[in-house]
Amino acid sequence: MTTYALETKSVVKTYQSDSGVIQAVDDVSLKVGAGEFVALVGPSGSGKTTMLSILAALLQPTSGQILLDGQDLASMSDVDRVTMRREKIGFTFQANNLVPYLTAVENVELMLRLNKKLDKVGKLRARELLARLGLGERLHNLPGQMSGGQQQRVAIARALIHNPSLVLADEPTASLDTERAYQVVETFAGLIHEQGRAGIMVTHDLRMCEFVDRVLSMQDGKLVRIYTGKEEIMELVKGGRH
Amino acid sequence: MKQILSISGYLAVKEVWRNRGRFLLVSLVIALITLLVLFIAALGEGLGNGNREYISKLDAQLIVYQAKSDYLIAASRLGSDRLEEIRGVDGVADAGKFGAASAALILPGDEDALKVALLGVEPGHTGEPQVVEGQQLGSDDANEAIIDRSTALRTGLVPGDTITVRVTQGTEFEFFELRVAGATTGQQYSLQPSIFVPFDTWDRIRPKSAAEVAIPNPVANVILVRLEDAKQVEEVRQRISAEANDVEIATLKEAIQALPGYSAQQSTLNTQGGFTLFIGILVIGGFFQIQILQKVAQIGVLKAIGTANPLVAIASVIQIVVVTVIGVAIGGLLAFLFSLTFPPTVPIVFNGTTSALAIVALLLIGPLGGMVSILYAVRIEPLKALGLSS
Ligand SMILES: Nc1ncnc2c1ncn2[C@@H]1O[C@H](COP(=O)(O)OP(=O)(O)OP(=O)(O)O)[C@@H](O)[C@H]1O
Ligand SMILES: [Mg+2]
Repeated sequence: MTTYALETKSVVKTYQSDSGVIQAVDDVSLKVGAGEFVALVGPSGSGKTTMLSILAALLQPTSGQILLDGQDLASMSDVDRVTMRREKIGFTFQANNLVPYLTAVENVELMLRLNKKLDKVGKLRARELLARLGLGERLHNLPGQMSGGQQQRVAIARALIHNPSLVLADEPTASLDTERAYQVVETFAGLIHEQGRAGIMVTHDLRMCEFVDRVLSMQDGKLVRIYTGKEEIMELVKGGRH
Repeated sequence: MKQILSISGYLAVKEVWRNRGRFLLVSLVIALITLLVLFIAALGEGLGNGNREYISKLDAQLIVYQAKSDYLIAASRLGSDRLEEIRGVDGVADAGKFGAASAALILPGDEDALKVALLGVEPGHTGEPQVVEGQQLGSDDANEAIIDRSTALRTGLVPGDTITVRVTQGTEFEFFELRVAGATTGQQYSLQPSIFVPFDTWDRIRPKSAAEVAIPNPVANVILVRLEDAKQVEEVRQRISAEANDVEIATLKEAIQALPGYSAQQSTLNTQGGFTLFIGILVIGGFFQIQILQKVAQIGVLKAIGTANPLVAIASVIQIVVVTVIGVAIGGLLAFLFSLTFPPTVPIVFNGTTSALAIVALLLIGPLGGMVSILYAVRIEPLKALGLSS
């Protein structure tokens, strides 16, 4: 039996609202191995962000288990969840990714700083990673002095720098042009494969699925279909936008 | 802990530095508040000091008043027989008569006479100030005076000069010539520059009511008592009230509190200072609260990537402390520079203890004002802050 970096068992998240109970995530079980890059797709409101927030230890599920390196995020204390976010998870958000008063390289280094791992090697790695993401010239720019796409790439570097087990990205290409988007996702996928992380990317742009190993499709909170294998995925990619 | 401090310090300092314009503005507001508070404190000190200086520096522990004078020096009358009684009391090392009156100094070439406190003291006894220049007073009825530094500064008088004292006797002016024997320092009385004369001389030249003129023996206002053992204040006080008739006795502290207007003036200034501090707390609190509202998203990011709550809180505290310390430092420096430009006639005194107290209070206004914003920062939910949950 293979162990997976990430494994969820029957994750459910319900919200109470005026119009009744909403099943934002409905009985989702999935497994992602180390070195595997997975896309999470689905129509608006299908529960992608909710699922991602649960995986990121930012949101508690109503029921179910989320095992990250064998530890259940759902049953640990708040303090332990913060530690998990800092040590084992990398995350890029849709917007507001960076700390505005830190430069690109300082934002990336912050992750190491928080983990008490900022040494010479770490500093060098932060610069290399940024250079690889095409930001070699932007190391000392503040977020306000960078485009949305550049900020997004800094966030990707920050999500990877501390060698997390799980890397999560919510719409990392939303603010990039197609050319850049391809480039960024390709680099992202390359890094995930190379470093052996479990990667999950939420995207609306099915063309970006070209670089992933599997595509999980959600609808109404349920995991409705899994695309595996190059052929199946390329078919989906050619189908165009979701 | 050291780790938390270093990361939160790093975040706090980076944020302040990268937004230095905005934070400097707040520091300047704190600087102005500091300036105001320090000046109110210095004014309180200066006025209070000008009022109580002579009494607070007395080499005496007790002041004896006429009974029912409510510790008002001007309302009290004590004859020489009381002095003898008090000098005879066990535990009393020395006692001296003291009288206070108003007079004016006529200055050559100056239209306006300088109003002064004309104080009668017994040469060689408790109450006579120590000279820093020239000589002590000679005999009980010498035509001599010791002038205070504040008097010397305003008039340019030095020991050896002759002064003309003008006294209003009824409706007439009377003039007396006195030789300046010596100069003392820091002996203002009732906010007036003071001149000290031998007691009998004082009684001879001071303004008197018709009734007083008829009394042959000189009458003092109060008697200043120095004890053999400064710790035995209570015991000696009881002995004096048992052995001397018709007196009431105050410690120096009580005497100072009873000086006309002293308590009222001090409490007014203290209230003003307190209010300024309070307004400072509100201003700082308001600023940091507004700023925290603008920072919800960025604090959300910090928390989402695994920054623990204590770290966020300590970073906010450090930031507030840095801004406050800079503000107080600027304000303190400004206060110091301004104080150099004030003429000696302005009653402003920067006293170490009072200023230190004011500065401690000022350093507290930041953290106190920022408290609410820190609590708010700690309670920010990363998910909501990032707009990930609707
Ligand atoms: N805090 C909340 N309270 C109530 N309902 C919520 C909350 N957050 C999400 N929902 C609901 O849960 C469902 C899933 O939302 P979610 O944001 O996960 O969808 P999504 O797949 O990310 O959509 P999009 O593609 O538009 O980003 C939606 O119906 C949403 O209205
Ligand atoms: Mg979403």
